[in-house]
Amino acid sequence: MSNFVELSIAKAINAGLRKCMQDNPKVLMFGEDVAQLGGVFRVTEGLHAEFGDKQIFNSPIAESGIIGTAIGLAMRGYRSVTEIQFDGFIFPAFDQITTQLAKMQNRSEGFTPMPVVVRVPYGGGIGAVEHHSESPEAYFAHTAGLRVVTPSNPNDAYWMIQQAILSDDPVMFFEPKRRYWQKGPVNLDEPPMDSYTASVLRQGTQVTIATYGPMTAVALQAAEIAASEGKSIEVIDLRSLSPIDFPTIIESVKKTGRLIVAHEASSSFSVSSEVSARITEDAFYHLEAPVIRVGGFDVPYPAAKLEEVFLPDADRLLEAVDRSLAY
Amino acid sequence: MVQLLSPAGDYAVPKEWATYGKYIDRLSEADFLKFYRDMARMRRFDKEAEALQRQGQLGLWIPAIGQEAAQIGSGYGVGHNDHIFPSYREHGVAITHGIDLMSILKMLRGVNHGGWNPEETRFHLYAIVLGSQVLHATGYAMGVKMDGMVGNGDLENDLAVISYFGDGATAEGDISESFLFAAINHSPIVFFCQNNQWAISSSVASQTKVPLYQRGSGFGVPGIRIDGNDILASYAVTAKHMDDAREGSGPFMIEALTYRIGAHTTSDDPTKYRDSEEVEYWKARDPLARFETFLRRQGIKQDFFDEVAEAGEKLSTEIREATFALKNPPIENMFKYVYSDKHPRIDEQLDWLRKYEASFGEDAHS
Repeated sequence: MSNFVELSIAKAINAGLRKCMQDNPKVLMFGEDVAQLGGVFRVTEGLHAEFGDKQIFNSPIAESGIIGTAIGLAMRGYRSVTEIQFDGFIFPAFDQITTQLAKMQNRSEGFTPMPVVVRVPYGGGIGAVEHHSESPEAYFAHTAGLRVVTPSNPNDAYWMIQQAILSDDPVMFFEPKRRYWQKGPVNLDEPPMDSYTASVLRQGTQVTIATYGPMTAVALQAAEIAASEGKSIEVIDLRSLSPIDFPTIIESVKKTGRLIVAHEASSSFSVSSEVSARITEDAFYHLEAPVIRVGGFDVPYPAAKLEEVFLPDADRLLEAVDRSLAY
Repeated sequence: MVQLLSPAGDYAVPKEWATYGKYIDRLSEADFLKFYRDMARMRRFDKEAEALQRQGQLGLWIPAIGQEAAQIGSGYGVGHNDHIFPSYREHGVAITHGIDLMSILKMLRGVNHGGWNPEETRFHLYAIVLGSQVLHATGYAMGVKMDGMVGNGDLENDLAVISYFGDGATAEGDISESFLFAAINHSPIVFFCQNNQWAISSSVASQTKVPLYQRGSGFGVPGIRIDGNDILASYAVTAKHMDDAREGSGPFMIEALTYRIGAHTTSDDPTKYRDSEEVEYWKARDPLARFETFLRRQGIKQDFFDEVAEAGEKLSTEIREATFALKNPPIENMFKYVYSDKHPRIDEQLDWLRKYEASFGEDAHS
C-alpha cells in the first residue's frame, strides 16, 4: 500500500527539498530570503530551522551572483538549489544561466557536470505589480544544455523537484505560483514517472489540448465544460519543456487529429510555436486541422486589473476548440 | 605599489614590504632559473602562436607579451592544492601549473572550447565572458570553506582560490557581485587583476575613477597594487596572500600594473588607439629583460641564457608540428557533452546528421 498525503504544491516542493537535503548534505538551498523567512512564498519554510546555515542560507540580492556561485559550488561537488524570487527577476542571471551554466559541461567535454536547480515561481494570476507575473520559460527551453520542467500538481511537484536535484544537468524548475496553494494527493513512496515524460491527465477523442504548469487546471476545466456540451477533449500535461515528450503528443494527435497548445506566455516564439512546428513536421497526415496556439498576447504582461483578459481562460480554450472542430 | 625589483634590475626590499621579502628569501637559485625559463617559454609560445595564426593555422591568437612577470610570478605563488580560475589570456599561469600548451592552441584553432579536466589540473577552463569565471571562483571558494578546508594550518589539505581577470572586466557587475559574496562569506580567495591598461581600445582611465586595487574595499575586500612587471613582487605578494587566504583571513585583491605590449587579439589593431611612444615606454620596462639583468648580477652565466634560447627553438618546432598534426573533431563531439543524461532531441539530431553525412559517401565529414 502506498503512503498518500494531501499537500499543496508549495508544501510538496518543500517536502521534496527536505528529503533531498536529508539524504545528501551536499544539497544546498540558497536565494533571496529563503532562510528564516522561508522565501516570499514560504516554499522553503522550516528548512532553515531543520538544516541551519550549512545547507540553507540567504544570498545577497544579486541574481547573477546566485547562479555564478552555484556553478562554482557545483565544481566543488555541491548540488545547489537556487531560488529566483520572481520570474521577472531572472534576467540579471540570464548571462550566467545561458553562457555558463548551460555550457560548462559541453565546454569541459564532460569533465564538469552542472547539478544546479534554478527554482523560479512563474506566471500570473496573483494581482501583482510589474515583473511578478511573467512566463520566461521559452528563453531557457531554447538554450541547449538546460533542462526545463514545470509541475502542475502536488504529486509531480514533490517528485519532480527531487528528480531535478538528482540530475547532473542544470534544471530550470518553473513553479506555477498561482497554484502554490492548490492541494492534492502526494504518493510518498512511488514517483509517477520520470520528469521528462508528458502525462495524459484526461482521455478524449476529438481534440487534444497540450499545456503545462498553471494552465493545466484551466485546460482540465475547459475539458469538463466541453464534455457537458458533448465534446471529448484529451488533456496532456507536458511537464517538461526541454526535452518535450513528442511521442506522447503524437500518439494523442493520431487519435484526435486536432491539437491546441496553451500557456500563459506570449505566443510568438513560444513553447506552443515549437510544438506546433514539430507536430506539423512529424504528424502532418494525422492532422484534421491546423495546430492552434492559445497564449498570452504579444504585449508586456499587463497591469493587474487587465490580467484576467490577458491570461487564457477556459472560454478562450473552448473558442479554440470550436475553431479546431470547424475545419 | 609593491616593487622588489626595479626596472633597472636592482633588488631591494623596502621596510614596509618586509613581509613580502621573506618569501623571496626562501627562494633558491633553481627557483629563480625556473621563473626565467618559464617567462621565456611563455614569450616564445606566444610568438609562435601568433605566427601560426598569421599562417591561418589558428582562428585567433590572444597575445600576453609584456605580462610574463605578472603571470609566471603569481602562478608560482599559487599553492599545490589551490584552484585557479583564469580569464583567457593566462597562458603563463597555465605553464606554471603544467597545462599542456596544445590544449590552449586546440581551443584557438577551433577543435574544442577547452576540454581539459579542471578538477585534475586545478586550472579551470578559460572564460571568454568577462568576469563570469570570477563568480565561479567565488562559489568554489565558498565550497572550500564549507568543506572546512581553510584555516587548519594543514598545508597538505588546506586550499584557497585565485581568480584572474583584466582591467576591462572590472566594469562587469559579476566582479562586484564576486567581491560582495566573497566578503560576506569570508571566502578563501585572491582576486588577481592584471591591469594591462587597455580593454581592447578603452584605456583604463576611461573605465575607472579610482585605482583598481581599491575597487574591492567598499565591499570588504582589501587590495594592494604591485609592479606587475616585477616577477619577484608578483610571486611574493601572491604567495603571501594565498597563504593568508588559506589560513582564513578572507578575500584579498591584487592589482598587477603591467602593459599589453601586443594587440588585444590578432583581430585588433592597437595603432588606431594608442601612441607608439607609450608602447616604447613599456617595452623599456620589459619584465624578462629586467629579470635577466637581475640574474646576471646574481652570477648566472651566458650558458644558461643560451640553453633557454635553445629550449625556445625546440618548443617552437614542437608546437608548430603538433598544431599541423591536430585533427578536426568528429561530428559526434558537437552532441556528446551537451547533457549528462540522455536528451532525445540531441540523439535524434545526431542520428539524422549521421544518415545525412552517410549519404555523401566518401565525401562525408568523419
